[in-house]
Amino acid sequence: MSTTDPAPRTDPGAHATSDPAAADPANDDAGIGTSGTTLRLKPSDAWMYVVMVALAIFFLFPLVYMFVSSFKPDDVVLSSSGSLGALWPSPTVGLENYGDAIERASVVRVFLNSVLISTLIVGGGLVVNSLFGYALARLKFRGRNIMVAVMVALIIIPFEALAVPLLFMGAQANMLDTYAIQILPFIANPLYVYLFYTFFLNIPVELEEAARVDGAGPVRTFVSVIAPLAKPAYATMAILGFLFSWGQFLWPVMVTRGVAVRPLPLGIGTFQTTPPIQWGDIMAYAGLMTLPLLIIFLIFQRYFVQGVASSGVKG
Amino acid sequence: MSSTTASPADLAPDDANDDAPNVGLAPTRRNEARTAWSFSAPGLLFLLVFLIIPFLLAIAFSFSNARLITPLPTRFTGVDNYVEVLTSGTFWRGLLNNTIFVLVVVPVQTFLALMLAILVNRKIPGRTIFRTIYFMPVVTVMAAAATIWVLLFNPDGLINAVMETITFGAFAPDWLNSTTWALPAVMIVSIWQGVGFQMIILLASLQDVPDTLYEAASIDGATPWQQFVNVTLPGIRNGLIFVVTVTTILAFRLFDQVYLMPQSPGGPLDATRTMMLEMVQTGFNEQAIGRGSAIAVVFFVIVLTITLVQRRFIREEGQV
Repeated sequence: MSTTDPAPRTDPGAHATSDPAAADPANDDAGIGTSGTTLRLKPSDAWMYVVMVALAIFFLFPLVYMFVSSFKPDDVVLSSSGSLGALWPSPTVGLENYGDAIERASVVRVFLNSVLISTLIVGGGLVVNSLFGYALARLKFRGRNIMVAVMVALIIIPFEALAVPLLFMGAQANMLDTYAIQILPFIANPLYVYLFYTFFLNIPVELEEAARVDGAGPVRTFVSVIAPLAKPAYATMAILGFLFSWGQFLWPVMVTRGVAVRPLPLGIGTFQTTPPIQWGDIMAYAGLMTLPLLIIFLIFQRYFVQGVASSGVKG
Repeated sequence: MSSTTASPADLAPDDANDDAPNVGLAPTRRNEARTAWSFSAPGLLFLLVFLIIPFLLAIAFSFSNARLITPLPTRFTGVDNYVEVLTSGTFWRGLLNNTIFVLVVVPVQTFLALMLAILVNRKIPGRTIFRTIYFMPVVTVMAAAATIWVLLFNPDGLINAVMETITFGAFAPDWLNSTTWALPAVMIVSIWQGVGFQMIILLASLQDVPDTLYEAASIDGATPWQQFVNVTLPGIRNGLIFVVTVTTILAFRLFDQVYLMPQSPGGPLDATRTMMLEMVQTGFNEQAIGRGSAIAVVFFVIVLTITLVQRRFIREEGQV
């Protein structure tokens, strides 16, 4: 609208007097874009920080509460929960709750189950989905275009819609209560195939041709030329895949019974069904469940954010 | 793959089959097709067995009386399952709860995600720390998050302590045991856990909007608000549509929270019952696979409709 204004440069002054937030529109966004190295604080940033801190408290306090409570005696967790003392670890029982949680819920076992299941899902998925995506993007074969279209259509089938027949298939194949039933259904994923497909489409063909001229076969070309270039796509799939598989709940509830092959998230039920409810133990268990992902995230947070952002996910 | 020496000469014998036919075009094509199929085969096989077949089975089961364990033979029952599902009060209660959840959570979460994205997109000190904090609930396992919040929503818990302070004691419900407040409690947890992910997607969209557009707009005297409406919003349109669609679909998939947070799943008095919970309890707990599959098919049709509406949205606007 205002782009057609014949005398736009006289306008900002008028706005500045009426709207303090717009005092310096040139500085607000564009100025930062051109001089990204200097960080200047303006008065309007002060209340921006207030908002940001308030939001940070909202997102952080449940996690703080969890970790603080995990160091308290069970009865104090409840009795102190209505005051700010809820966010302060006093009185404390040290690591006793962690010891109890580890013992009661066979944490070592379910933790290793989770590691095994998630690693195999993500590891297998990285290989299977990237190979498929590469074939669809780069290799000529009959039926390719149809397969790409089918892949897009398959993305919208939610796993939940498949859970009941998959349960039936698993029961028929005598695969209930196994690792395999928790791993195999999640290795190939049309979303990740499509993610790799779109990524490989954008890699210059010349690189493959050069590799071919050098005498490399397709497998060699893929492993030594293509895959290294696709690190962002691999990182994205690894991140999303790990986030998803580590927290999985619905499917393990359906296909597992005992502790032997169950993943971490189901262990939380151990505490809620057996009274008296020991909140200290529960919070310790929740902490143990959250900690690995949290640490991995804090270390790799830059890649987490970039990976999710750079993926085709944003549409 | 097996050879670790990088010299092309070493590779030649391995790949003799691929190299030799280079003299003629047709054999190369055939080789390429063979390679393509061998690259695709694992993925195709997995998708066929674990996605396409179960999907077709779901449709087939939905027209049968299939059960997980039964001495009776499975037989075709027509639309009986659908009639039973669509006349069941608990199914509609679940769909209603899902719909309420969508109508509240989708706008609130999208707005909050956009606000967070804009805040952490500003080039000010500490923005990485804030971005990290806002994203932290996303990496919290839902089973853990739900448990923490159960304690926070305790009648004497921290949430009510804050509520009582703010409202001078006027508002302190027994959240998870109240038919009115159980669903809002579930909504709060869902938004808390999910909004960081949408924030990242919108942040990526925001960063794709060229700085030159803002420069041009400010030269033209646009206020920050005008810049937001005329530059930012159109620039992140696709990101926004994606976020709205995904949040809507995830909202229909609501399960973990309503299974874990109330004293009994979906309670109190079906106040947090959802379609997914209904499907799991029918197909799994009652082992009525046929009826459970019918719910799954209905669920799929809803998700499909949402996706198609979204597609149309993008196409129509794209042509303008």
